[in-house]
Amino acid sequence: MNFPAKAMPLASGEGERRQIKYTTCYMCACRCGIRVHLVDGEVRYIDGNPDHPLNKGVICAKGSSGIMKQYSPARLTRPLRRKPGAERGSGEFEPISWEEAFAILEERLAKIRATDPKKFALFTGRDQMQALTGLFARQFGTPNYAAHGGFCSVNMAAGLIYTIGGSFWEFGGPDLERAKLFFMIGTAEDHHSNPLKIAISQFKRNGGRFVAINPVRTGYAAIADEWVPIRPGTDGAFLLAVIHEIIEKGLYDRDFLVRYTNAGQLVNCDEEDDEFGMFLRTEVPEEEACYEPQNTLWWDRLSNRAVITHTEGADPCLLGEFEIKGTKVKPAFQLLVDRVKQYTPEWAEGVTGIPAATIRRLAYEMGVTARDQKIELPIAWTDAWGKEHETVTGNPVAFHAMRGLAAHSNGFHTIRALGILMSLLGTIDRPGGFRHKAPFPRPIPPCARTPNHPNAVRPNTPLDGMALGWPADPDDLFVDDEGKPVRIDKGFSWEYPLSVHGLMHNVITNAWRGDPYRIDTLLLFMANMAWNSTMNTVEVRKMLTDKDENGEYKIPFLVVADAFQSETTAFADLVLPDTTYLERHDVMSLLDRPISEFDGPVDAVRVPVLPPLGECKPFQEVLIELGSRLKLPAFVDKEGRRKYRDYPDFIVNYETEPGSGIGFLAGWRGKGGEKHLRGEPNPNQWRMYEQNGCVFHYELPKSYQYMRNWNQGYLEWSQRNRITRYAEPILIHLYSEVLMRFRQAARGKGLSRKPPAHLAQRIETYFDPLPFYYEPLEAQRIDKHRYPLVAITQRPMAMYHSWDSQNAWLRQIHAHNVLFVNARTARAQGIEDGDWIWVESAWGRVRCIARHSEAVEPGTVWTWNAIGKAAGAWNLAPDANESRLGFLLNHLITEELPERDGRRISNSDPITGQAAWFDVRVRIYKADAQTDAQRGAHRQASWPSFPPLAPYPGQGERKSIWNYFVGGRR
Amino acid sequence: MTQLALVIDLNVCVGCHACVTNCKEWNTSSPTAGPLSDLNPYGADPTGTFFNRVQTYEIGEFPDTETLHFPKSCLHCEEPPCVPVCPTGASYKRKEDGIVLVDYDKCIGCKYCSWACPYGAREFDEHHRVMKKCTLCVDRLYDATLAPEERRPACVRACPTGARLFGDIHDPDSEVSRAIREQGGYSLMPEWGTNPANHYLPRRKTRIRLHADELERADNPLKIDRQLPQPGKAEPSLDDVTSW
Repeated sequence: MNFPAKAMPLASGEGERRQIKYTTCYMCACRCGIRVHLVDGEVRYIDGNPDHPLNKGVICAKGSSGIMKQYSPARLTRPLRRKPGAERGSGEFEPISWEEAFAILEERLAKIRATDPKKFALFTGRDQMQALTGLFARQFGTPNYAAHGGFCSVNMAAGLIYTIGGSFWEFGGPDLERAKLFFMIGTAEDHHSNPLKIAISQFKRNGGRFVAINPVRTGYAAIADEWVPIRPGTDGAFLLAVIHEIIEKGLYDRDFLVRYTNAGQLVNCDEEDDEFGMFLRTEVPEEEACYEPQNTLWWDRLSNRAVITHTEGADPCLLGEFEIKGTKVKPAFQLLVDRVKQYTPEWAEGVTGIPAATIRRLAYEMGVTARDQKIELPIAWTDAWGKEHETVTGNPVAFHAMRGLAAHSNGFHTIRALGILMSLLGTIDRPGGFRHKAPFPRPIPPCARTPNHPNAVRPNTPLDGMALGWPADPDDLFVDDEGKPVRIDKGFSWEYPLSVHGLMHNVITNAWRGDPYRIDTLLLFMANMAWNSTMNTVEVRKMLTDKDENGEYKIPFLVVADAFQSETTAFADLVLPDTTYLERHDVMSLLDRPISEFDGPVDAVRVPVLPPLGECKPFQEVLIELGSRLKLPAFVDKEGRRKYRDYPDFIVNYETEPGSGIGFLAGWRGKGGEKHLRGEPNPNQWRMYEQNGCVFHYELPKSYQYMRNWNQGYLEWSQRNRITRYAEPILIHLYSEVLMRFRQAARGKGLSRKPPAHLAQRIETYFDPLPFYYEPLEAQRIDKHRYPLVAITQRPMAMYHSWDSQNAWLRQIHAHNVLFVNARTARAQGIEDGDWIWVESAWGRVRCIARHSEAVEPGTVWTWNAIGKAAGAWNLAPDANESRLGFLLNHLITEELPERDGRRISNSDPITGQAAWFDVRVRIYKADAQTDAQRGAHRQASWPSFPPLAPYPGQGERKSIWNYFVGGRR
Repeated sequence: MTQLALVIDLNVCVGCHACVTNCKEWNTSSPTAGPLSDLNPYGADPTGTFFNRVQTYEIGEFPDTETLHFPKSCLHCEEPPCVPVCPTGASYKRKEDGIVLVDYDKCIGCKYCSWACPYGAREFDEHHRVMKKCTLCVDRLYDATLAPEERRPACVRACPTGARLFGDIHDPDSEVSRAIREQGGYSLMPEWGTNPANHYLPRRKTRIRLHADELERADNPLKIDRQLPQPGKAEPSLDDVTSW
């Protein structure tokens, strides 16, 4: 181990043995381009791909620790079956062959498919292959499919997509290159990772002003110019008060509102009229299509009469009240003004804890910056009404928001308010504001629909529609004739009509209870549903092992596919070992959530840089094998023979319809790779991706890069490339007629379906066409004096969800979590820094370590999410810090709330079904020997604890010393 | 004479730890500096050798709180106190570029150097029983097989916010010298006379000053919709009471 004065390069003497391979990271959902440096076929170093549009050569803490994921002892390496006679959850398994595993699945699933396909449920975690998993479920014929969005951030997706036709992260984001003022509200530090870090840093260095609004000041907020602490779940009140000020001071962009939003459209305000609350329309369009016909009206202030919107030379009144043929009408903007009148900064101060003067100042900063620092780019474009513009202009105020707004039961309306604020400031798809990423913007709502009747589920037949979609009115709900849900998670039912990402968080509870029905097989992929991906974890774990009167498990068969041993694999009847990201082919597809940039579509692939460990098999291959065995139409030819050799073959040759030219990958299509976005399958497509660093970036012409909701050139380009079906403008919904249609139904009006009586009031209340503030549902139901604090989590930048506790390097950064409590709040309870405390909600309790903090507002306590683990899980030693000292906040959160009529309802947003896991209210008190003894808690350990899991057959040994690569040997 | 150093911009560091693990990843596989051992990597109280760590501090009292992320590694002092105390000559400072290094073969693990270092920057490898520390990735800097832009420390290349600048602080025209000069770069605990080569750039605040008259504008859009105060024609006026 000499250290020579002249350093010996890594490469010397290893030149022959050294290789660099390009692929795409998957240490989180950010999906950066990486270079994997191999020596003798083993990973030595992973760094960022300098030519990748996303990360431009940088890499994060997680990405730099990929080696430790690859060689983690938590890896599963063999298919496993629960030992005959062993109780579920005991973690006792026996290895079986893949052939046996497939035979078990084929027999079971074929029987389900031939009888009642909905008894098979497929739910997946952060897999980023929803296009394939969704296709499989649809082909199987089950409606019971979703990914993790329902408990992640569906409010953010739905709230903004139902308002501006796009949303944050994969769908769009803040243009920090041009922005002057940036507001980050309720953002976890993984949403998203490197691109946001790069952008914030450049923004600050260019002199931009950065304001962070969050109950907690951690990573990104740490470098904000101003931190504005806010009480959790009150962001809507803050945003509505800002809107109040922006309007009162006339700081809104009137020209933008007039031309690009529905602000000027006239709403029927005649309460007696059947069309009350709907836009007045000149005529009914000939075809029912997925875009908004341009047949609504303005009140032209120049001619003082009603005209069709966008009439040349007309300018609508945004304010006032008018009459058309005896019907009272108001512009949508007037209704917004009427709505926010009550939301004064003084009112918001009482709700949010932010001083009224601060709210006013921030509103003025937004409004004046947007108005006075206008950007003008010399880019000519033509709008959807044929008007030619010589320039693209922008108002440089940008926002980014995520789960802090989303994971509340009032999140949808909060996020609608954010979308409306961004629109009032005139910042949508303009430089310096919010910008879309392909394939967004979409029509409002997007065109995908689920079936709307249970007869879409038929034996041996694909589902007649998508498993997930975007309802536009009550007739799009997936319910039976009595209004009861078809899906196991009650998605798209009257309980959560716009649950566009499903409600994975209620699947186990519903299936266990048999409400709406029992299922047979639950297949979970990469989702830790017996731990941090579930609420009410202690009880949900019991449901997984609960048996009926015949001694059968209430959820009869549980299959878990994952690369790692987890709390959930312990409950499996069958475990399917997946590969890591370094061992497989993958696509980041435009059919799913691609990694597009503001300037155009980007998709990417992973290619294996290492062979699979042991008998690991990519889950994609499992699906294609199963699809072929079950003869699902997409996977077999007319004679029922297997159509695709393997996943790479499927990716190259699958087309959405025969000859459509649309497949999973947009780059290098056509026989010779000469076409992009659309074209025949190209047998050499994978090689061409590899030759280009595994990424395809299509840069739009400059004139198509902005104003895309209304940019004729872009819309036609998008239509030509089959990204959208229609080239119609997408007006921003300040006023949501979609929501009003549901409210109308609740009032018994209109021709569409009507909700069951017990849900009519709920629909009436929450399907408000304009945003409003209401207290989170849990707070409405419990004693807030008994539970005065709100408990939330933050996501550390060096640990992605629950993925990395098995990572030897990352767990040294976060080995256990503590509860951060404002020092004054803690001292008032006699709690000193480092004390063991009990945290209690109306639903459960945990024991943990308290840490004093000045970087959290006094009514909030918080912890790093998903650091706490069950003993022995992820193949950590049973006394590892994660289980001994760490804790899981989910034990305090309920998955259901009691309703006044004795029914139970998901603890979710009543519009979207977004899990409301940031709503939980708690109290804290110091642990003492007596209570500890009563509850069976150890003096120096967290609670609850669970019996340690043992390693499974085929798992690697837990080393006591890791010397990664001594002279090339591990 | 060259003095290579890191200049760390606290104004943009978000505390993501990219520098920490990328450094570990590069150096543990380095035949010159590695391996960097990890003890009990899957058990209780895991601990390992890292050349670079990020500490997080809270400054001030709520609500006037700053959260500061502070990456720290060997500062490559110009007067390194760790060098003269080394009984075997294992710790040394290179003349050609000012990097402070440890020759593991000479190190007897006596830890004098870590006691002498006022910054706590040295890392004793409990498994190999020798002292280890940041090498500024000396095995990258002169590796002619690497592209020129890659001949930089791993932490610098990894850093997503570009918070880590690298260069020769003795060259007045270098990026690092300019940053120190223009942005208030400072070194840690100068009173110790160690003259650390690494520097830090402080937090800077951007504020907006609004004037009251910026809210009073002739082009206020409310005017178009006639919402600014405009008395009705029927309201009383002087015309009603006097005829001059």
